[in-house]
Parts: sequence; structure tokens; C-alpha cells
Amino acid sequence: MMDLSSGPAIAAMIGAIVLTATAGDVLLASAMRSVGDLDRIKEASGLQGAIWAVVSESRFLGGVAFMALSFFSLLFSLSHADVSLIAPAAGSLTFVSNAVAARWVLHENVDRRRWLAAVFVCCGVALLKH
Amino acid sequence: MTPRRYLVLGVVTLASAFGDTFLAIGMKHLGPVSLTHPDELLTALRTPWVLSGVLLLLVWTGCYLTALSWADLTFVLPATSLAYVAVAFLSRFWLHEQISPARWFGIALITAGVGFVTQGPAYTPRDSVGSA
Repeated sequence: MMDLSSGPAIAAMIGAIVLTATAGDVLLASAMRSVGDLDRIKEASGLQGAIWAVVSESRFLGGVAFMALSFFSLLFSLSHADVSLIAPAAGSLTFVSNAVAARWVLHENVDRRRWLAAVFVCCGVALLKH
Repeated sequence: MTPRRYLVLGVVTLASAFGDTFLAIGMKHLGPVSLTHPDELLTALRTPWVLSGVLLLLVWTGCYLTALSWADLTFVLPATSLAYVAVAFLSRFWLHEQISPARWFGIALITAGVGFVTQGPAYTPRDSVGSA
């Protein structure tokens, strides 16, 4: 039986959180870009109209499914490792993978400042392992 | 960016930090979950700490979706990165987890790296999509 508190096991858990969270984030961002400014929709159609606009978007449902997978991966890993390692490491790596996905999938304007931030985050994550 | 929108980003930050911490407390009480008994994760949902964490993450979801409707993903994530710092403080002073100086420096570096991104534009206009 694999030791679930070993380094490779924890790295695999973090990887699972990152992959599922990135897929969820990209699908949710794509859905919300398609829906438009929720504040304006709420002004025009009320809270019910805003909720309907979101839940009737198919990409939103896909995003929620991946977020649920990410959530259970997080729960599982929190039972084997410290939150001060899992939460920042998974969150930061998700930021980097999201920057790549946002540039190539969502076609967001990820400028030099945002790429530089990704490098800072990578260095920070490396330090988190110590 | 209006004050109300900064407030939404603030709620995203705090709900994430407290939600993760509540989940951590709940899962520590429950003990290690075995790969052969994944149903224990569903049992965890009935404990008060995990349930509170889930409720906070629902608040986070609502505010996060609202933010994504008027800002880029690569703006919202860095803008809410102070959650990492909040989690570190909560886990150090509430959960009494050990955090080395190197890890503190890593957390600071992450926050510094992503924090200044918020100085740029929040949203890629639709007509520039594909030309970036």
C-alpha cells in the first residue's frame, strides 16, 4: 500500500487538485464571459433572472462538475497533509496553469506583467516545499 | 473598478481563507481518509466544521462567479491571492501548524508576484479577443 503522506503521493494529490480546478475555472470563466455582467443582469431581471442566466449556461454545469472533483481532491489531501502546504501550493499552481489556459483557451490578454507574476508564483511554490 | 467590486473581491478572499481552514479543522478531526473507503468523504460533509467550510465555499462561489462576469480569470485569481496569507496566519495561530521561514517567504513571494497584476486592466474587451 502506497504511503499517502510521502512526497510523491502529496505531489500527486496537489496535481489532481490543480488539473481539475483549472478545467473548472476555465469553463466557469468562459460561461461567465458568455453570460455577461451579472450586476447589470440583476438590475434588469432581478436575482432570479441572474441565477437563471448562469445555470442555463451549459459550460457552467461542466465547470461545477470539475470544481466538485477538485473539492473532493482537496478534502482527501487535507486529511493527509497540512493546509498551509496544500492550500497555497495547489492554489498557486492553479494560478499558473490558469494563466496558460486563459491565454490559449480563453484568449485573455495575458501581458508581460501577468507572465512575470506567474514566475514569482513558481518561485514561491518552490519555497513552500521547504 | 468600483468600491462594490473591490468588496466582492474581498469576500472572495476571506471566504476562501476561512472556508479552507474550516475544512482543514474538520478533516483533522475526522482523521486520514483511506483510498479504499472514499465514502468517508461524504460522511465528512455531516460534520459541523466541514459543513461550515462548504457553506463559506458556496459564498465564495457566488462572489467568484460575479467577479468573473466583469473581470478576466487572470485578474480575479491574483486579486484574491491574499487568501494564501490569510490561510498561513490562520493555520499558524489557530491550527498551530508549523510554518518555516522559507515557507513564509514563499507565501510573501506569491502574494507580491500576483498582487501587482491588479494594477493592470481587469478585463480583455471582446473585440480584442483573438488578437492578443
